[in-house]
Amino acid sequence: MKQRLVVIGNGMAGARTVEEILSRGGEFDITMFGDEPYGNYNRIMLSNVLAGIEDESGIFLNDLSWYAENGITLHTGVRIERIDRHARMVYGSDGSATGYDKLIIATGSSAFVPPIKGAHVPGRGYHQGVFVFRTLDDTRAMIRYAREHERAVVIGGGLLGLEAARGLQNHLGHVTLVHAAGHLMNAQLNVQAGKTLQATVEQKLGIEVVVDGMTTEILGKHAVTGVKLGDGRIIDCDVVVMAAGIRPNSAVAADSGLVVERGIVVDDRMRAVDEDDIYVVGECAQHRDQVYGLVAPLWEQARVLADQITGTDPGAAYHGSQVATKLKVAGVDVASMGLRGPESADDELIEFAEPKRGIYKNVVIRDGRLVGATLIGDNGKATALIKAFEKGLPLPANRSELLFDLGGPAAEENVAEMPDDEQVCNCNGVSKGALKSCVDGGCKTVSGVMDATRAGKGCGTCKPLVQRIVEWAAGGAVEEDPAASYYVPGVPMPKSELMAAIRQYELKSVSAVFGKLGGDEDAKSKMGLASLLKMMWGASYVDERDARFINDRVHGNIQRDGTFSVVPQMKGGVTTPSDLKRIAEVAERHGVPMVKLTGGQRIDLLGIPKEKLPQIWAELDMPSGYAYAKSFRTVKTCVGSDFCRFGVGDSTALGIALEERYQGVEGPGKMKLAVTGCPRNCAEAYVKDLGVVAIDGGKWEIYVGGAAGAHVRKGDLLTTVGSADEVITLTGRFLQYYRESANWLERTYAWVPRVGIDRIRAVVVDDSDGIAADLDARMDETVAAYVDPWKERAEPATPGQFRTSLPLTVLPQVPVRA
Amino acid sequence: MRTSVILGSLHDIPLGEGRTFAVDGAMIAVFRLRDGSLRALSAVCPHKGGPLADGQIDLKQVVCPLHLNAWDLTTGCSLSGQPPVTVYPVRVDNDSIILDV
Ligand code: SRM
Ligand SMILES: Cc1cc2nc3c(=O)[nH]c(=O)nc-3n(C[C@H](O)[C@H](O)[C@H](O)COP(=O)(O)OP(=O)(O)OC[C@H]3O[C@@H](n4cnc5c(N)ncnc54)[C@H](O)[C@@H]3O)c2cc1C
Ligand code: SF4
Ligand code: FES
Repeated sequence: MKQRLVVIGNGMAGARTVEEILSRGGEFDITMFGDEPYGNYNRIMLSNVLAGIEDESGIFLNDLSWYAENGITLHTGVRIERIDRHARMVYGSDGSATGYDKLIIATGSSAFVPPIKGAHVPGRGYHQGVFVFRTLDDTRAMIRYAREHERAVVIGGGLLGLEAARGLQNHLGHVTLVHAAGHLMNAQLNVQAGKTLQATVEQKLGIEVVVDGMTTEILGKHAVTGVKLGDGRIIDCDVVVMAAGIRPNSAVAADSGLVVERGIVVDDRMRAVDEDDIYVVGECAQHRDQVYGLVAPLWEQARVLADQITGTDPGAAYHGSQVATKLKVAGVDVASMGLRGPESADDELIEFAEPKRGIYKNVVIRDGRLVGATLIGDNGKATALIKAFEKGLPLPANRSELLFDLGGPAAEENVAEMPDDEQVCNCNGVSKGALKSCVDGGCKTVSGVMDATRAGKGCGTCKPLVQRIVEWAAGGAVEEDPAASYYVPGVPMPKSELMAAIRQYELKSVSAVFGKLGGDEDAKSKMGLASLLKMMWGASYVDERDARFINDRVHGNIQRDGTFSVVPQMKGGVTTPSDLKRIAEVAERHGVPMVKLTGGQRIDLLGIPKEKLPQIWAELDMPSGYAYAKSFRTVKTCVGSDFCRFGVGDSTALGIALEERYQGVEGPGKMKLAVTGCPRNCAEAYVKDLGVVAIDGGKWEIYVGGAAGAHVRKGDLLTTVGSADEVITLTGRFLQYYRESANWLERTYAWVPRVGIDRIRAVVVDDSDGIAADLDARMDETVAAYVDPWKERAEPATPGQFRTSLPLTVLPQVPVRA
Repeated sequence: MRTSVILGSLHDIPLGEGRTFAVDGAMIAVFRLRDGSLRALSAVCPHKGGPLADGQIDLKQVVCPLHLNAWDLTTGCSLSGQPPVTVYPVRVDNDSIILDV
């Protein structure tokens, strides 16, 4: 029978240790208990979540499926309250009792809240408006509350306090940082560095800083109204965040008879004192008198623990860590390691200060080794210094080279010469050697190596280095990630193969494709398949409505509140007084919340409830502008030769003709076009999926692959032609070639450079492959099949097609009888 | 106490889609999976209030139409790190959708 391994604490150390154990082939029956209701997430990134730089969903390291896949029983939201070392049992807050053969304690820390009057309400936890900053729930609650309030005080001017203060600025107007000591980050910085940082924080970020500020009381009866300092000063505020330090969660261990001082005391094998089967890892562990509050030491501890518990390397030992820290506040560079300044007469101090620019740097050297360094305002040398500090590397005779790049640009690190044990990803503790062995083990894609090792998945700054190491390790044989080449994630085939299979088996519906080629249906693949099948089969496509995204089910763009937008077609941006009147009347009659000119030269009626869509279309009686679909969208035009004194071609007429012909054509991505009457380019044709520019002599230039959205790119000149008819034909052929060969959601700005403009020109203009006539014919079929979707209004296509999905209006109530 | 409520006919919900029902003040999204079975979840996305019934589904998950977070249709657990949604027992009886609240 397998040994039973129980892990208390499902945070960064607990989950990482289990990963290390699994990667050593450790055969255990694993049960994990976590106080928090989630899988394991990257706690470090909470600062970025608060600051709005990172989305919550991006911070998860192991989601619930990871536990399932690895056969781990995870009890979330369960707190272990007692360990019985003799009976080898742990007891949970849910009343459970679980036996173990081996136990790992990874309970981390909690926020330390100094004994300040008014911080707590007896029997109810924190006073309303008082928060700590440790967990995802803390962060969510803080964001929710801060948004509705105005002034925050953060108590504690360390790393966490600074990151909290910066993050809060994202949600409310005014933030004051109150720090008990005489200068910021006093645990890591000397006075001068701390003062320099304070000036930057005040001037650059606009955070008010109070030092020597001992908070004695939190004021307010029902909710916070201010804080009171030791000198009697009162700072008004309605939100208070405590960031005054952390305390290891060791109470359960102490109550259960383990040796606990500041943390749970462990030996070099990461075992609790005198316990053969109880291991401790992470912030709750005290090793050689040290308790750590950063992640880097946890990675080292997890490796030693895993080597020990699995018996892979009985000699493995943890010797303590040298830790360096960086502040994660954009625009405020702070890095520090080791000593803040010289401690004995023999210590060398090299120091540079330029307070006007907010720069302070120092290094402290003892016996020729770097024992401390501080960088404020310029982190350029941080990587090199951290390396010298952690490894005790020999230092240059010219010490100023430690603080400045002297002469020439800094050489890119030569990855071949980097030692194997050099850490590349400092967030997730991944060495060059680990990356190399992952590549040697057969993983030859950058994304695959990143997934497998976690490298680059923390703050992300090491990604370029990871890429270079993978390229080097693969000896030029880096492969594209195969899944990256699938057309949709749920069917493991690139587009061309998928199309061949669809044709071979005559698969005409999305469910048929899953049935034959993909196994289980996949919600995230349906929309891409629907688009592809519609293009391939036209009228004989079997349209399963559930395969459509909501926008395509109701022919409008869903908005943040569940209403929809209505954008009628306005070919080439040209309209008439009577059309404008009709739009105005409909908008007025229905109290449309907003009428807006779009960036696509037409009019948007925003905020329409789903159930009103058919009526509004009927009253407008105009075709859909397809502003919601992955399809042909608009053709922007300028006034051109009919009116403009510079115009050399009738751009308006050509734009209207193009839109008339290609309206509603679906594709792998949006297709936005423009026609402009001269190279002054008033309709922005150089930056469109296909842009047409009239040039003197009755000619038209056609540009493709341009963009000015999330990505900005000037289009490539496809060709120059002598007539509007040729423009229309080549446009159709180009779009059809794009529809057939681009990946799902791949816009032309990515597809054109991928395929190459020369190749596209050969196929589309010179017909090198002899497929031009076929492309034209298939586009003709698509054009002929066009039906205005807004005609689908008399009868719903499915039951309840336009029924509201949220209570924008009161739904029919179902009576409930007891 | 458990109460059973008839929400309507099975044919009110197209195969592979969801519809929202108001039950005693609560908004409940009922989905009809392509294998014919039903699932019921609270209708409001815990992320930013999106209408889950407008989401796309497969046999396992529903994907919210607003920011594409996903939830397990059977357990209500998020597959993308969001808070869970409430699930309700739901069944078919003679073409009627029966929900237990
Ligand atoms: C309404 C409009 C803004 C406006 O008020 O002017 C708009 C609104 C939206 N745009 Fe846009 N875009 C609008 C013109 C543009 C333009 C300008 C243009 O078309 O000339 C661009 C840059 C050109 C381009 O597409 O490259 C533009 C680049 C984007 C992008 C970035 C695409 C890219 O890959 O670079 C997105 C996101 C996407 O497609 O994934 C986007 C996505 C969106 C969506 C559909 C987001 C969404 O999925 O909900 C917005 C819908 C809002 C809503 O609730 O209805 N919108 N959007 C414009 C409608 C034009 C029209 O009449 O059809
Ligand atoms: C906002 C913020 C920013 C940070 N930034 C950085 C940074 O930039 N760099 C850096 O190196 N470090 C940073 N840290 C510190 C880093 O997150 C911690 O060092 C790390 O998370 C510690 O891991 P751990 O597993 O020991 O503890 P945790 O990650 O706290 O995990 C412990 C888990 O155990 C659970 N638990 C506790 N007691 C019990 C019990 N009795 N039963 C069941 N479960 C229990 C807890 O709920 C928790 O989920 C930051 C921390 C925060 C809060
Ligand atoms: S591009 Fe500008 S200048 Fe040229 S025709 Fe159009 S409006 Fe006139
Ligand atoms: S509202 Fe549902 S994912 Fe954002």
